[in-house]
Amino acid sequence: MRKIKEFIIEKLILICGLASIFFVILIFLFLLKEGLALFKTINPAKFLFGKNWYPISEPGQFGILPLILGSLLVTLGAAIISIPIGVGCAVYIAEVAPLKVKEILKVGIELLAAIPSVVLGFIGMVTLVPWVRNIFHLPTGLTALSGSIMLAFMAMPTIVSIAEDALYSVPKTYKEGALALGATHWQTIYRVMLPAASSGILAAVMLGIGRVIGETMAVMMITGNAALIPHSILQPVRTLTATIAAEMGEAVMGSEHYFALFAVGIVLFVLSFMINVTADLFLHKDKR
Amino acid sequence: MRNTQRAEKIAFFFLFLATLLIVIPVGLILVIIIQKGLPAINWQFISDVPRQGMRAGGIYPAIVGTVYLVIGAIIFALPIGLMAAIYLSEYAKDNLLTRVIKLAIVNLAGVPSVVYGLFGLALFVIFFKFGASILSGALTLGIMILPIIITSSREALESVPYSFREVSFSLGASKWQTIRHIVLPNAIPGILTGTILGLGRAAGETAPILFTVAAFYLPQLPHSLFDQAMALPYHLYVISTQVPNVDEKIRYGTALVLLVMVLFMNLVAIVIRYQFRKKKKW
Repeated sequence: MRKIKEFIIEKLILICGLASIFFVILIFLFLLKEGLALFKTINPAKFLFGKNWYPISEPGQFGILPLILGSLLVTLGAAIISIPIGVGCAVYIAEVAPLKVKEILKVGIELLAAIPSVVLGFIGMVTLVPWVRNIFHLPTGLTALSGSIMLAFMAMPTIVSIAEDALYSVPKTYKEGALALGATHWQTIYRVMLPAASSGILAAVMLGIGRVIGETMAVMMITGNAALIPHSILQPVRTLTATIAAEMGEAVMGSEHYFALFAVGIVLFVLSFMINVTADLFLHKDKR
Repeated sequence: MRNTQRAEKIAFFFLFLATLLIVIPVGLILVIIIQKGLPAINWQFISDVPRQGMRAGGIYPAIVGTVYLVIGAIIFALPIGLMAAIYLSEYAKDNLLTRVIKLAIVNLAGVPSVVYGLFGLALFVIFFKFGASILSGALTLGIMILPIIITSSREALESVPYSFREVSFSLGASKWQTIRHIVLPNAIPGILTGTILGLGRAAGETAPILFTVAAFYLPQLPHSLFDQAMALPYHLYVISTQVPNVDEKIRYGTALVLLVMVLFMNLVAIVIRYQFRKKKKW
């Protein structure tokens, strides 16, 4: 009797162990199921590289190039801001800060990661957006730049905590060896610790960027949502994520517009899948 | 020699600066929200329904909706997540399958939140015909927080020393008995930490509930799992972008309530983890 009970429990545990694989496949399948219907009427190349996103005109135009460029622009800006600051902060926490300060900073970073994106979006709307408008004398502060700055803050916790982990897992002997040879602390960090932790730091950066590309609410609230090909970082843009969030509520189920939004979802899913797999490879390389 | 020391000073100054560039804005965000949100908080704001097209009254239905969603998500995600963690820490061998499972968890954690929204819409709302309901929203959020629960539970289980298991086996206990009576009780604080972090994440997310449950304006409480509901994060989005002329105070107040809820849960999780590490005898 006990054997049967244990057998059932162990099978149940196995099934739950496989649940993650099941859900990833399920998500992808359902995106495909709804999204691929678009390509019965629209050429995939026209979808990916079309310059016009006018989903509700007659006939609708579903080119997502402006959305892809919008996402890339905002992400690039956020990366430029968050990578140096994030990695710098990680080095500070891992190597320079006194123990007490280190503990407090780590909790602070964790809390930053916990702030809901809609709250960051709201605070960006009421503070950052007017600043950007006044500083650059723009008609509106809802620009790619505002989005980049706010998203940098969402990428930083990821970058800091994973990069700090990578630095922490560099064998102590490396550091001691360098110091024993007469290198200063900074020389040790710069010439020994950072190269040794490089693949972990690269993974940190990639996961941070992954978070930015997938971020929805904050970006929708502060980038202005103009589905045009951006020419400067001081223009409003619209990202892939914001398009889905803003338009799905109005899209008629079973319409081309509805399928197109799912097709945008497929693009996002594939993007995040590639980023995560690559980052995972880097993290794994580090551990060998 | 002097040059290298100066270089070190300059470098450390910049590292410190980078840290300040994160800390100060975060501090500012908290101060602004608390300062401007606090005057809005009173009993009526917490306990009343929104009135005059959300320009007055309170946010009670949104708070209740969020609580329902979070509880629903955790009821779904905790058993599956915990069992998945047990599988990974106690049963999984170092083979391709385990590698694929871990990769799937990483990917599940990386799927953009709005894609979860699409998925929830396609699977729960349309395919299973649950409609836009608390059930659909809770299940969507549940799948989203699964990786958080699996990862932290697994860490907690793996940090229980192997010798504990050996003693239990040598006393004739079976594998499941060992897990049930020896490993799990010692891992509870870690599992709790992960669960609370998952709760916090579910409470704050907006995009997954956009098309699966969230009601724009619904000044009453949901009666069943199949009802739509308001939710705090969506409500904040609505009153700050969709409804013109809402009093600033109400916006800040809503942001403050949401922020306090989420940060409180995270702080509790951090404290539990800290206490546990301090008390750990091995």
